[in-house]
Amino acid sequence: MSFVLVQVIVGGLLLGAVYALFSSGLTLVWGMMNIVNFAHGDFVMLGMYVAYVVYTLMGGGPILGAPLATLVLATLGVVVYFALIRDIMKGPMLAQILGTFGLALLLRYSVFWWFGANFLSMPQDIVGGTYAFAGLRIEASRLLAGVVALLVTLGLHLLLTRTSLGSKMLAVAEDQTAAQLMGIRPDTMQAIAWGIAAGATGLAGALIANFFYIVPTVGETLGIVAFVTVSLGGFGSVPGALVAGLLIGVIESLSGYLIGAIYKDIVVYVLFLLFLWFRPQGLMGKM
Amino acid sequence: MRRWIWLSVVAAFAIAYPLLLSSPFQQRLGALVLLYAIAASAWNIVGGYAGQVSVGHVVFFGCGAYAAMGSYAKFGLSPLFGIPGGIVLAVGLAAIIGVPTLRLSGHYFSMATIAVAETMRLIVTNTEWLGAAVGLSGPTVPRNIFDLSFLSSLPYYYLFLAVLVITLLVTWWMTSSRMGFYLRAIRDSERAARSLGAPASRTKLYAYMLSAALTSVAGALYAMMFGFVDPESGLGILISVKILIMAALGGAGLLFGPLVGAAILVPLEEVSNSWLGGKGAGLTFVVYGAIIVLIARFQPGGLLSLFTGRSKPNKDAGAGHAP
Repeated sequence: MSFVLVQVIVGGLLLGAVYALFSSGLTLVWGMMNIVNFAHGDFVMLGMYVAYVVYTLMGGGPILGAPLATLVLATLGVVVYFALIRDIMKGPMLAQILGTFGLALLLRYSVFWWFGANFLSMPQDIVGGTYAFAGLRIEASRLLAGVVALLVTLGLHLLLTRTSLGSKMLAVAEDQTAAQLMGIRPDTMQAIAWGIAAGATGLAGALIANFFYIVPTVGETLGIVAFVTVSLGGFGSVPGALVAGLLIGVIESLSGYLIGAIYKDIVVYVLFLLFLWFRPQGLMGKM
Repeated sequence: MRRWIWLSVVAAFAIAYPLLLSSPFQQRLGALVLLYAIAASAWNIVGGYAGQVSVGHVVFFGCGAYAAMGSYAKFGLSPLFGIPGGIVLAVGLAAIIGVPTLRLSGHYFSMATIAVAETMRLIVTNTEWLGAAVGLSGPTVPRNIFDLSFLSSLPYYYLFLAVLVITLLVTWWMTSSRMGFYLRAIRDSERAARSLGAPASRTKLYAYMLSAALTSVAGALYAMMFGFVDPESGLGILISVKILIMAALGGAGLLFGPLVGAAILVPLEEVSNSWLGGKGAGLTFVVYGAIIVLIARFQPGGLLSLFTGRSKPNKDAGAGHAP
């Protein structure tokens, strides 16, 4: 295998870890409450803009931007849950789709209105330079994003499977009434899940902001990437999202390199459709 | 009886509107309201009556728009000849997409339609023969009346009005036919409908194809009025979203819901665009978003349901079961 190919695959894995991070947020609320957040990609976009504002106003890098973006988005997630999701969850499906779609438009075009439609980007040298390992060249910003995203996604999985908070959340996902009889408040657990899910998007956004283009409509593409990841990994499964995220990162990079950059999105969408049509339970089943 | 009085008042107003409010801006506004009402009514057949929330309807809109402009740009024919071509294309595509996609329920169906629409947009954007990112143009100077290229919006207004009336008649005929009963049964509970012997898959597919055909006509009319089509205006996901929102705001699954929604949102968009200029484009969609969130939160049946007393549509309308 040529070095270029290895380089492309490593790049895909690093980006894929970030995909896995924000997709695990989507899969969490999806598996728990059976509601799809069509604004999920726009949450990631907001995370990118928070990091950008932190840089332009305070000159802070990801050390300041990433925690702040996580916090801002987690708060937004909880607010959105109490103001909107809690009520539309009980409504008809059209209302669920419209509610989160409306939220997506509201966020996307508020940012558009405020910052304009121009492509923004962070300075190249905000995180270190480029590392070289055995002939491979890896930008520090991508390495940081990939490693942090991987660790946080694994942490999220441990949180869900090894802690009492995680058990409570799974109990609510399984059976709300039974959970309530055991003294667990579904409302609180679901609000926490929204906080975690949105916080994950904030962190992911701040991490990719260092090397990705920043534009209000980026959420549209990233949202579809999240859907693909979740459907590939199985709805409600964080490990599934991790494997699928890495896989999609690699497929995207490889098809961009082998077929051409303009076709990489098409490849991912077609893969998504094939999975929905032929294997809707995903690669790794259910939560 | 009261219904007929209301209906004749609305019809009389619709016919007299461009004569009463005759400035070019007002006539154009009227034509646009009717155009979006056609598209939203077409969406309503599958999204409202059948309860399958398609977010990718712009694909069919694009079929019509590209067929109309293509028949001029590629073959030198009147864009009118593109309409039947667009319908055939849209119905064929609906059959291909529909068979595997309509098996999915709830959110899964919506997401699959988004993916189909975005894939189509990307493919067309990279197809040189279809004008790639620049798109196709219609006749700049009309050769004869069949080019349907007018400076005034008045002829478009009456053309669109006629098509809207046909669309509403088709919808009304469908709802009162056997198919309409099947669709309502499927929307309320697909499993129950199936177990009582309603051919659910076939009925949904027919509704999807009918809706696709009418949407493609709307697309063709749109391209004729504006004289061009490009991937954003013919296949952009925002067109789908606008169509869907208009139907939902007025009342999905109600005959006149889409018309009411279009009559509110189109003037809102046009006025805010003309007042705020380029900056308005962003703000318009902020307002759109806020309106949808409020509708979803407080009046999910749409505005018209305030009057029909059906304030909450069926709760279990396919609410996200695994596909």
